Amino acid sequence: MNAPSSHSDEDAPRDAAYWAKTVATLTVSGMPAEAINLNVEGRHLTGPLQGFGQLWQKTYRVRLSGVEVSPAQVVEVWKANLPKFMPADCRFYPSLTGVQPGEIVLIDADLPGLPPGMPVATGVLVLYADDESFTVMTPEGHPEAGFNTFSAYEEDGVTVAQIQSLGRANDPIFEFGLRFMGGSAQQEKIWCHVLTALAAHFGIGGQVQMHKSCVDAQLQWSEAKNIWHNAIVRTALYMPVYLLRKLFRR
Amino acid sequence: MPTAKVTMTVRKVSDQTGIIDIKGEVNGFAENALMDAYTQASTQTTRTIILNFSELEYMNSSGIGLLVTLLIRVKRQNQRLLAFGLNEHYQHIFELTRLREAINIYDTEAEALAAV
Repeated sequence: MNAPSSHSDEDAPRDAAYWAKTVATLTVSGMPAEAINLNVEGRHLTGPLQGFGQLWQKTYRVRLSGVEVSPAQVVEVWKANLPKFMPADCRFYPSLTGVQPGEIVLIDADLPGLPPGMPVATGVLVLYADDESFTVMTPEGHPEAGFNTFSAYEEDGVTVAQIQSLGRANDPIFEFGLRFMGGSAQQEKIWCHVLTALAAHFGIGGQVQMHKSCVDAQLQWSEAKNIWHNAIVRTALYMPVYLLRKLFRR
Repeated sequence: MPTAKVTMTVRKVSDQTGIIDIKGEVNGFAENALMDAYTQASTQTTRTIILNFSELEYMNSSGIGLLVTLLIRVKRQNQRLLAFGLNEHYQHIFELTRLREAINIYDTEAEALAAV
């Protein structure tokens, strides 16, 4: 668990409390019992510059028309209900502390092309969290290297909820999966589902709009070695051991 | 869309080097200001763009995302992106987000210019 950055009160920039502390590698603690803790502990963070594949920015928005709710209220609900808004095939487990800077959110997800019942276990770090947004950053081995920002803002008197991802496939296996195995479509479906669920929470049947652009079409071959940490491979290899250990700890 | 609380001014210190002075808040709403400043700073002879963060008041994670997309644009033009004036807190942020591996950071403008 990491506390937000600390400075003397006089000198601290206004955003100081919203950022996670600098970490060399991730540590996982205070997780719900049902979360799978694999492929996060001891990993380095990977940003949009460290992945292998093409860099995409995807922005999803839903207008909460007809609802009197502020951006801060939307994000408060979002943080408190993050797992509830995720689809059944992509399960999020925030730490018991919740969505706070420096906390880990464990994830297990069913990816297209994989056998049913074999989820991929990974997680993300809450890189930044303020009243109107929170951002997660991915670790080595995660399908993507990059940031995902969940936010709300006001536009023309209406509160808009937004998800924006900026990331690349972490390694060649995930790039192949995104491009040819339906991974990209699944990713888009997930975030559309989240915004639809969030809107439904406020009693709105909102239409999600998506805009995507390829920021960098180049593959970063120097990062192909990221395959060493690939979460699909590591989950398949270590899951039996992990489950046995969990069984004997009871 | 909320308006950006940032001003960005451009100084051309030579045919090959442009400096973008950033004052205010760098968040997602600063995209147009940043990209316009880059367009202004980047000419056919520009080889280096230097970001001056000494009057940066606030930056959130969307602001970091903007710097990533700016960096990609700069690299596509075979240019370098440098920065100076980041206080300790923002240097930590560059470290945490691994932006520091791609953007060299200096304490002062003189040091950044000497590295060009």
